[in-house]
Amino acid sequence: MPTLAATDSLILLIYAFFVLAAGFSLKTAITGSGDFMQAGRAIPAWLSAMAMLGASLGSEEVLGMGAAGARYGLPSLGWFALGSIPAMLFAGLYLMPVLYGSNSDTAGSTAASQDKTTRVAPRSIPEYLGLRFDRKTRVLNALLFSAMALFSAGIALYAMGRVFVALHVFDRVARGLNLPPIGVLLLAMALPAALVLAYVLLGGLGAAMYNQALQFSIVVAGLLPVVFLGLKRIGGWSGLKTAALAHDLGQASPGSLPGGAHSMGAGAIVLVLGVGLVLGGGTWCTDFRLLQTAMAAKDVQSSRRSPIIAAAVRVFVPLVVVIPGLVAVALPTPHTTIVIHNDHGAIYHDITVVPPAAEAGTGLVPAKTGADGKPAMDADGKADLDYTMATPNVLLELLPTGLLGLGVAALLACLMAGIAASATSFSTVFTCDIFQTLAARNASDKRLLSVARWATLGGVLLIFGAACAAMRFDNMLEALMLVFAFVNAPLFAVLLLAAFWKRATGHAAFAGLIAGAVAALLHHGLALPRDARPGIDGGWIAPLIHPSSEIALCLETAIVAFLVSLLITATVSLLTKARPEDELKGLVYSMVPRPPRRANRWGRLETMAVAILIAAIAINLIFI
Amino acid sequence: MFYDPRISMGMLFTLIGTILTGFGLSTRADADVYAKSMGIDANLWWGLVLLVFGIIVLTMGRRAQARLEKTNPAAIVKSEKRRRVDH
Repeated sequence: MPTLAATDSLILLIYAFFVLAAGFSLKTAITGSGDFMQAGRAIPAWLSAMAMLGASLGSEEVLGMGAAGARYGLPSLGWFALGSIPAMLFAGLYLMPVLYGSNSDTAGSTAASQDKTTRVAPRSIPEYLGLRFDRKTRVLNALLFSAMALFSAGIALYAMGRVFVALHVFDRVARGLNLPPIGVLLLAMALPAALVLAYVLLGGLGAAMYNQALQFSIVVAGLLPVVFLGLKRIGGWSGLKTAALAHDLGQASPGSLPGGAHSMGAGAIVLVLGVGLVLGGGTWCTDFRLLQTAMAAKDVQSSRRSPIIAAAVRVFVPLVVVIPGLVAVALPTPHTTIVIHNDHGAIYHDITVVPPAAEAGTGLVPAKTGADGKPAMDADGKADLDYTMATPNVLLELLPTGLLGLGVAALLACLMAGIAASATSFSTVFTCDIFQTLAARNASDKRLLSVARWATLGGVLLIFGAACAAMRFDNMLEALMLVFAFVNAPLFAVLLLAAFWKRATGHAAFAGLIAGAVAALLHHGLALPRDARPGIDGGWIAPLIHPSSEIALCLETAIVAFLVSLLITATVSLLTKARPEDELKGLVYSMVPRPPRRANRWGRLETMAVAILIAAIAINLIFI
Repeated sequence: MFYDPRISMGMLFTLIGTILTGFGLSTRADADVYAKSMGIDANLWWGLVLLVFGIIVLTMGRRAQARLEKTNPAAIVKSEKRRRVDH
């Protein structure tokens, strides 16, 4: 039974039309590779802030934050704030001036002017590493980044495709085409991917960013009614608190939740450091998928302002995406019911059939379906819950026809924002850091533009391929956090040293990146969460260390990778020959020309950052 | 900036707001539709919110666009101009 009525589909179609329209309207503006890969470097701060928010709310984040709300309750709000706000403020205040470089030519799209400015204005993070260090670091990072971006976008596509199938979004289209069940899933993955491909090919990063801004507002517009209606249904503010409390009691296996940190003693400090520094920094200070939006800003000041504006909005984002998950657990679990009523002498049996997996779940969170089609159970005989379905099921339960269309549009929007971020960043990195560095150093701008377009096509196809692979190997979903530990955590360490320590050298950075990834691999091989089997969950070498949960394992792996990378880079730097200082102009924070400070201290970015930090702390104190 | 994105954003939200409000008005009396939302005509109310939001954003966007074209007409048509120079 399709869940979408005509009005819902109409809203979805209108949304899809506007998404494509952004691509078509920018088509004529794309005349060079700079327009395609960097949106002409002409984006105002507020727009790149919104695009950054949109890119950061991909489907894995929206589903994952709802899942965390369902699993860990209100404390997850605090963890998401800790994992984003400080790092975003840091990126805006100290990192962007280095990454953005100086940019005297704002048009920057003719081949001649690009050559002049490339040395000081990197187009991508690998290119920055190339300018700061050397070619091998640049290419290594470009390859690692590409693999990570494509792999994680593929998994996100698969996860959301499954949700679309469960919500019967594309059933009407699929029935029209007479597709088998597997075809419905493929269609649910192919349609959004094709839409993204179309608008990115047409309008490049500009179209992706215009759409990410649009997508962010659609996500908020689609999920806010769920938050309001959900709170109303479970009894408002006090109902939420009671639900969260009951939830804590019901799930209290000590130490297994990040929210239970206070019961973990010394572990808490590690956890705070891990989330705040490594996870937050690894995402907001190193992930090119997010930073490309700030790097496309029109000048240094705008590029600094954009993460800070984004942080100010981000303070409220967890409320919108986490609370639906909490509501999902607090609502009653559906059961198969038979209501018998007597109508003018005729007896009616109203039977509502609920699938066994949903019945075995908690609240609206269903159990995972095992290979035998029955609800999956864990070792203790409790149902193994499929938390990613928390947010979608709440949408379905609470939104009436009409708003449901907007809710599904929100899910589609976050999926496309995430995939577009991966596709554009892959295209830029492939063109600048793989093609131009290895194959054709003197390629004309026209050639670069066409390579960037082909790379976009290839990127989206690879993402679709990764999604199909994820379909075959279901546990790839769990590997997502690990990829982060392998790629982003070491890169964050290297980038920190590159930007703030003049002494750091190229050989050291190369060694640091590799050592970090190897350390992550070793740690993952030696550690195994309690009650888990060796394999993708860890411990495939020999389970020696036992972290308290999967999340703790991933965090520890990321911290180990970060620390090892930091240590190796620092040590090797001291052993190798430093680059002469005059070559580092504009590439290290202490050698970046500082803009004159504003006389009015209330207008300074630093003041804004402190205000945002205080607001974030205050909001989290209210809620937790 | 190529054009002010608030224009398309405002148009989208105005359109969706109008549809939701209209749909909400026409289904007001239908208790079945709003059983899920506890009898609240959520379409109508949220539709109105989005409509107002859309109109505000659209107005802001049009003003900014007008200012942009006035102060810097080259910024808007720069791509077309450049193409003409190329040929």
